[in-house]
Amino acid sequence: MIHSLFLINASGDIFLEKHWKSVVSRSVCDYFFEAQERASEPENVPPVIPTPHHYLISVLRHRIYFVAVIQSEVPPLFVIEFLHRVVDTFQDYFGVCTEAAIKDNVVVVYELLEEMLDNGFPLATESNILKELIKPPTILRTMVNTITGSTNVGEQLPTGQLSVVPWRRTGVKYTNNEAYFDVVEEIDVIIDKSGSTITAEIQGVIDACVKLTGMPDLTLSFMNPRLLDDVSFHPCVRFKRWEAERILSFIPPDGNFRLLSYHVSSQNLVAIPVYVKHNITFREGSSQGRFDLTLGPKQTMGKVVESVLVSSQLPRGVLNANLNPSQGTYTFDPVTKLLSWDVGKINPQKLPSLKGTMSLQAGASKPDENPTFNIQFKIQQMAISGLKVNRLDMYGEKYKPFKGIKYMTKAGKFQVRT
Amino acid sequence: MTLSESSDDSVKKSNPREDWPARRGGLRQAEVDTCGVMSSGVGYNDQTGAETAVEAGQETTPTTSSSGAAFGLFSSDFKKNEDLKEMLESNKESLKLEAMKRVVGLISKGKNASELFPAVVKNVASKNIELKKLVYVYLVRYAEEQQDLALLSISTFQRALKDPNQFIRASALRVLSSIRVPIIVPIMMLAIKEAATDLSPYVRKTSAHAIQKLYSLDPDQKEQLIEVIEKLLKDKSTLVAGSVVVAFEEVCPDRIDLIHKNYRKLCNLLVDVEEWGQVVIISMLTRYARTQFTSPWKEDAVFDENNEKTFYDSDSEEKKVPTEAKPYMMDPDHRLLLRNTKPLLQSRNTAVVMSVAQLYWHLAPKHEVSVVTKSLVRLLRSHREVQYIVLQNIATMSIQRKGMFEPYMKSFYVRSTDPTHIKTLKLEILTNLANEANISTILREFQTYVKSQDKTFAAATIQAIGRCATNISEVTDTCLNGLVLLLSNRDETVVAESVVVIKKLLQTQPTQHSEIIKHMAKLFDNITVPMARASILWLMGEYCDRVPKIAPDVLRKMAKTFTTEEDIVKLQTVNLAAKLYLTNSKQTKLLTQYILNLGKYDQNYDIRDRTRFIRQLIVPSEKSGALNKYARRILLAPKPAPVLESAFKDRDRFQLGTLSHSLNVKASGYQELSDWPAVAPDPSVRNVEVIEPVRSRLSETPMFSASCCLVSPAVTNAPKPSVISSSLLSDLEGLSLSNVSSVTSPSFGPVKTYELLHHMTGKGLAAKYHFPRQPCLYQPSMVSVQVILTNNSDHVLEEIHIGERSPAGLNVHCFNTIERLEPGASVTVSMGVDFSDSTQAANFQLCTKEDQFGVSIQPAVGELLMPFTMTEFNDLKTHPRTFSDNRGHLFKKKNCIPGYFFYQIFVNPEQMKKDV
Repeated sequence: MIHSLFLINASGDIFLEKHWKSVVSRSVCDYFFEAQERASEPENVPPVIPTPHHYLISVLRHRIYFVAVIQSEVPPLFVIEFLHRVVDTFQDYFGVCTEAAIKDNVVVVYELLEEMLDNGFPLATESNILKELIKPPTILRTMVNTITGSTNVGEQLPTGQLSVVPWRRTGVKYTNNEAYFDVVEEIDVIIDKSGSTITAEIQGVIDACVKLTGMPDLTLSFMNPRLLDDVSFHPCVRFKRWEAERILSFIPPDGNFRLLSYHVSSQNLVAIPVYVKHNITFREGSSQGRFDLTLGPKQTMGKVVESVLVSSQLPRGVLNANLNPSQGTYTFDPVTKLLSWDVGKINPQKLPSLKGTMSLQAGASKPDENPTFNIQFKIQQMAISGLKVNRLDMYGEKYKPFKGIKYMTKAGKFQVRT
Repeated sequence: MTLSESSDDSVKKSNPREDWPARRGGLRQAEVDTCGVMSSGVGYNDQTGAETAVEAGQETTPTTSSSGAAFGLFSSDFKKNEDLKEMLESNKESLKLEAMKRVVGLISKGKNASELFPAVVKNVASKNIELKKLVYVYLVRYAEEQQDLALLSISTFQRALKDPNQFIRASALRVLSSIRVPIIVPIMMLAIKEAATDLSPYVRKTSAHAIQKLYSLDPDQKEQLIEVIEKLLKDKSTLVAGSVVVAFEEVCPDRIDLIHKNYRKLCNLLVDVEEWGQVVIISMLTRYARTQFTSPWKEDAVFDENNEKTFYDSDSEEKKVPTEAKPYMMDPDHRLLLRNTKPLLQSRNTAVVMSVAQLYWHLAPKHEVSVVTKSLVRLLRSHREVQYIVLQNIATMSIQRKGMFEPYMKSFYVRSTDPTHIKTLKLEILTNLANEANISTILREFQTYVKSQDKTFAAATIQAIGRCATNISEVTDTCLNGLVLLLSNRDETVVAESVVVIKKLLQTQPTQHSEIIKHMAKLFDNITVPMARASILWLMGEYCDRVPKIAPDVLRKMAKTFTTEEDIVKLQTVNLAAKLYLTNSKQTKLLTQYILNLGKYDQNYDIRDRTRFIRQLIVPSEKSGALNKYARRILLAPKPAPVLESAFKDRDRFQLGTLSHSLNVKASGYQELSDWPAVAPDPSVRNVEVIEPVRSRLSETPMFSASCCLVSPAVTNAPKPSVISSSLLSDLEGLSLSNVSSVTSPSFGPVKTYELLHHMTGKGLAAKYHFPRQPCLYQPSMVSVQVILTNNSDHVLEEIHIGERSPAGLNVHCFNTIERLEPGASVTVSMGVDFSDSTQAANFQLCTKEDQFGVSIQPAVGELLMPFTMTEFNDLKTHPRTFSDNRGHLFKKKNCIPGYFFYQIFVNPEQMKKDV
């Protein structure tokens, strides 16, 4: 299936290659570079590129292209999903997935890739199994290894692969037993010129960090499970139980994992926590444009909207912007025409605003497109859909774990058209 | 010698005459050059061999360059390798490991390290696991190039293949089969065959992977490999299922007959197979189903209705098709497949969701396909690349089935941050979804898109508006007006695209639109995009009777600029000239001749050809025969309007979700989906003769069920299921037995029968028993015993049953009372006895209607208890229950496998030594 993998950095150098079948010359990447040249933006490189003898399927993460070489028919999503899994694993192991991190840990990377695929078919992709086979490098371990000459490769054999709960390591032991769950909701909105909402939907995930000894069996129930419209589970969740009782029952993997992703049914009205008042005008014949933007909170249930960041791609005709923020800082890049305003917290008593003028090219006619504003924000301790976890119970182990649940709402793709 | 010293040494040797710092300056340059060459991929080593060596010296990273060595100049390469070689041959494990790490570093950069082969291969039998693994990496990479030397390592693997530890066997097979050396094909074949019958499912899985490797190495082995595949397909382990189907798809995808017997099993195992295997199995089953079942898409089809309740009840596979005559009845196996794949829509793996979606698309009755919609829309939240593929598939689906995605129309609204190819796909889908009801919303949305800063996208939007206009007649005029407004847009690409689309629209609208044509003629001077200019010229020529005054004037202008125009514009100018010549020769005769003369000497041969052809056609002369008369009919024939349709129109000839579908080109190795057969082939081929004693546990816990009933080894108070599927048990069987070195699976071993009751003491009733060594079905803690009752008397024995037991608390599951046993007849019954972890005999009474006989069953050690050699001490630690401090307890039962005793030899290793 997957023949070879090439890692290409932003400047177009192949800095790692790995082959699972016979060697494919790296010149195959020339086709990729051609496609890259044709694409105006790095994101515009098509994910599937045919070449005379191979097919290249690539993903772009952290400014690194992961290019898989395929020789015959295979579902493209299969490869894409696998490549993303590889990136996630690297991130899990090295904290970041950058070129430097990969180069520094090239041996671990190679060992990982060797375990993850056999003859191009995924073998072990569960992070718990991989960690049993190959220990993630830590500063301490690296030091110990250099002194004692011991290795990163686990002495244990991949018993987890045979287990009926392949996602969980065996023999887990903690002195402090804790289970944390983060309910994170993202709100995707398009608001049109007149301020009316075109689409609004909420997508949420529950990310867990479970550090429990032994083989705990957890159940998590919600106050209002009906809110969840479409869900996808980590393989550990017992589907039948969910179907019947709307309870999440599972033996968790050890460490961090995504328990559930969900979509809140679109029938429910979505409360939009922020409103934007804008007035951006260009007058015909004048080389000045007016810019006026005010943000305000609404429907936040008394919570503070924080980490607010507004960004926008201004029309090409704009030469410079001379703006005055009532709070925070703004930057305008005259080359890319990217305006970004770091607002910080929204104070309901004193609404943040950004006002001023934009200078246009002299003599140029007024731009006929208006910019779109992308807004990012965070609201702690609130799930915008109103989802509430009812209780978390543990069976199968004797000790009392420490349990914690955190809610957060974030802006997903929050766009305001002007 | 330290590492940095050694590398410096070699540098000095390589450049004895050069001043080191000066060289260093030059080096950076060389490095930069190298990067440039690297990307083109050729000639890298040849040209920069010297620099590479030096550069490496500086970084104290060793490198090699075989081609560089060929020049004979760069002895440093040899030196570098000497250095690594020395390290590899040293006695110190740490040095070896360090050297191997560097070698792997070289391989990862795509540099050649093949010269080290002899030195590396010696370490193949190393005790250090990491070193061994790195050697494997090296071997697999270079064995192809160094075939003879690679053979040195083979014996190590052959030995490891016999190792008592399943993981060592598996990894040996894995590496052995990855070595692409044709000479070892027979060895590989043998190893695969052996591994395919291994007790460990993990080893069997590895052998399935090895099948493909061997096949690609030597396709002549196909027949033998198919035999192995056939054997492995019968495997009941979820570990093996995915891998063997991959092998099947690779080696013999056309041998659909091998699937018949395993079809139901695969369907039932599906949810518990690992996610990658699921994708492959689902796509294979899709193909299979298309050859075996009749089409569910008929108009008058009657479906076995699935309400929620029956949907999860997997027993319906045994339901017989009702006998009432119905026009269409879905095959129960067909239904089984649909039902068992549905829960997988909730998978976190996008590839699994997509493969279920395509299965429903290709196999489900039309009204059921929409269950996949929600999940597909969910995938749009995923990564950019996932979105791209999913949107492509939705685009194809939405052409045929608008209704499926219409409720989710807003999910396809374009965001300014989407990459262009995603935007275009969303646009495509929105256009496909447009109908009379929602067109106004969509057009309003399109208006925003036209103003987008991304001009390629704006142009694509205009085309989409054109398509909406042709498809929905109510809005044609509105669209046309809107497009005409766009003609005054400042952006050229927008105007050009509008012109092209208007041209197409006008063609489909036979009504008078001379105003628009005039408007476009006015704009003609300002438009520079060739395609747009050509379109306007074509419109002028085609509808020259509607704009009789303007057309000749446009031609006049074109005559002036003819030489500087693009080819496509020139061709249309020639066309326009010809058409005007035919309709209005008085005004345009001279102009036409002028243009034809220009065209005659044009650089482009297409234009010269066209000019020559047109001249012969329209200008009468002696040579121009009969065609001349028809010139008018040829050039001014009414032309069919172009059909504006989706680019995804014909994509449905490919199976959804495939690479071929994504590229719209048949990819190599693509398997066509066959059409539904008119008459279904015999469904009985899927019947499996041996009905398993326990039906699939899927009936109880459809998804992720394994976690529910199998945690029992560790989670003590988890509810224990009363039945355990056989497939599951076979997993566990392999798991536990692989730890036992020289014991064959007991169920295949000779069965020793013991006497329970002699016919003399039993007054004609004789009873014998043996331990079938199967898991007891009644209670996990019981041991199953089979009793053969024979009537040796001359009269009928009645009401044979079990009476009193001792000790009183003895837990026995009795067999049902046998009402009658004819003389000479015998009957086998099974019962369960709980020996409560001891070797004490179970005493009970065997009663007939008249008599009672005290009997006892003795759990003989040799029969019941298995020696349990601890090869993996760690393994045991992980099962705290089996490793509790029961030193006095000689016999300890492993709870997960009812009916099996494990002789625990030791509590700690010291104890073990003493005992043995």
